[in-house]
Amino acid sequence: MEFLLISLIKIVIVLLVILTVVANLVYVERKVSAFIQNRIGPNRVGWMGLLQSPADVLKLFIKEDIVPTNANRFIHSLAPIISIVVSLVTFAVVPFGDTIHLFGYDVKLMIADVNIGVLYILALTSLGVYGVTLSGWSSNNKYSLLGGLRSAAQLISYELSMGLSVVGVIMIAGTLQLDRIVELQQGWHWNAFLTPIGFITFVVASFAETNRLPFDLPEAEPELVGGYHTEYSGMKFGTFFLAEYANMITSSALIVTLFLGGWQFPYLETFGLDPLWVSIIQVLAFVGKVAGMLFFYIWIRWTIPRFRYDQLMNLGWKVMLPLAIVNLLYVAGAVFIFGL
Amino acid sequence: MLNSNGSKPFQVRSKDLSFWQRTYIPEIVKGMVLTAKQMFRPKFTRQYPEERFNPQPSYRGRPVLVEEEGVERCVACGLCARVCPALAIEVQGSETELEKERYPVKFEINMLRCIFCGFCEEACPEEAIIMSDEYELVFTNPEDAIYGKDKLLMSTDRLRTRLEFLRKAR
Repeated sequence: MEFLLISLIKIVIVLLVILTVVANLVYVERKVSAFIQNRIGPNRVGWMGLLQSPADVLKLFIKEDIVPTNANRFIHSLAPIISIVVSLVTFAVVPFGDTIHLFGYDVKLMIADVNIGVLYILALTSLGVYGVTLSGWSSNNKYSLLGGLRSAAQLISYELSMGLSVVGVIMIAGTLQLDRIVELQQGWHWNAFLTPIGFITFVVASFAETNRLPFDLPEAEPELVGGYHTEYSGMKFGTFFLAEYANMITSSALIVTLFLGGWQFPYLETFGLDPLWVSIIQVLAFVGKVAGMLFFYIWIRWTIPRFRYDQLMNLGWKVMLPLAIVNLLYVAGAVFIFGL
Repeated sequence: MLNSNGSKPFQVRSKDLSFWQRTYIPEIVKGMVLTAKQMFRPKFTRQYPEERFNPQPSYRGRPVLVEEEGVERCVACGLCARVCPALAIEVQGSETELEKERYPVKFEINMLRCIFCGFCEEACPEEAIIMSDEYELVFTNPEDAIYGKDKLLMSTDRLRTRLEFLRKAR
């Protein structure tokens, strides 16, 4: 009973935090893009335009929801739900803090302490492609279909190098449990420094997984109108939009957990602080790292132009996959020689 | 193949790139440094309703009829209506006791048709229709877009800069 209640509270808090962050992330993205292009960005609705996102969501709710005549109505409605559910559910295994002692309970700051956390993540991120592909197919529109197909091809190509670069981390940690992986990255023993090639391949692959700009071929506006969400309007489109940003948060959290030391704050134990304060600082460290990664995502988006389709495939199969394998061999050699 | 001015075209072939350029990463970092610098540059945005655009005298805003001593200069010759490429102007003339002998009973410009080319201004022998500096045109239905004499008349004081400009330009 207690366990259920604590889990429920954690779920509610995490969900609320993610949804608020998503709304504000859209605002931040618009602001940062504006600054990069020497503009000001939204500044009319609310103080500094902070109420822009709630206003947009309200608008999306009021708008008419159109389903094309020959579309498969059921799958057309199901696709955005798959997208958002997958991107939110993945967050369940991400540890966002060490065990915290609150009101007489030892609370582990992750929703589900799964002992195959890494596998769970890899499985669910691959499920995300169903949302995109099904929406493309069910819309009965050539552009949507092309976007959906591209997304399927892209995700398969990049899933491989993503999986292989995670294998390096698993070999170092010797476990699939995410909180163990974070604990082992104490101090500056971050996996990003131990396996720099794996870190780069994982980050690039996550960009491809989240359909963010250098790899946003599934929705490439100039070529495919809107890609897989061409035929979506109202809150169904809004759900895809939310899913994209929720995906960004989840994959940033994964990058931080697997490679950037998760909630670890270097040399924190030397300050001799109260355990409660230590836990709070660790959670803040996690939030700060994720925020940094999110900013990196946005920054990259407004810097690099989109890849062509053949360039994307070349990069995925001829560069990323060999790099990931080289990284695997390097980590295997290092683990064999130094023994971890 | 050379460009029309004889210079070599700017072409990048992947075989000419150095190893580091081919790895993408240093080039991406360069691009990111550039965008990071752009973030702190001054902004170009004009905060419109608060910060208004003040047109130069050469600006072609909405066409207006020049009003001098309470009467329009227009003599209803119809040249503006004839020259208008968008067929936006309609003039109906009649006789008057005044020195100019003729005046427009009806002078209408359909602002949905007007393309702000300024031909009417050039064609006018009396300098009676000229382009003002007003650029804010708002109407909620096509009927409101047809501006009659009541909306078109504008005094010479208000149009002084434009009239001076036209005199200089001619």
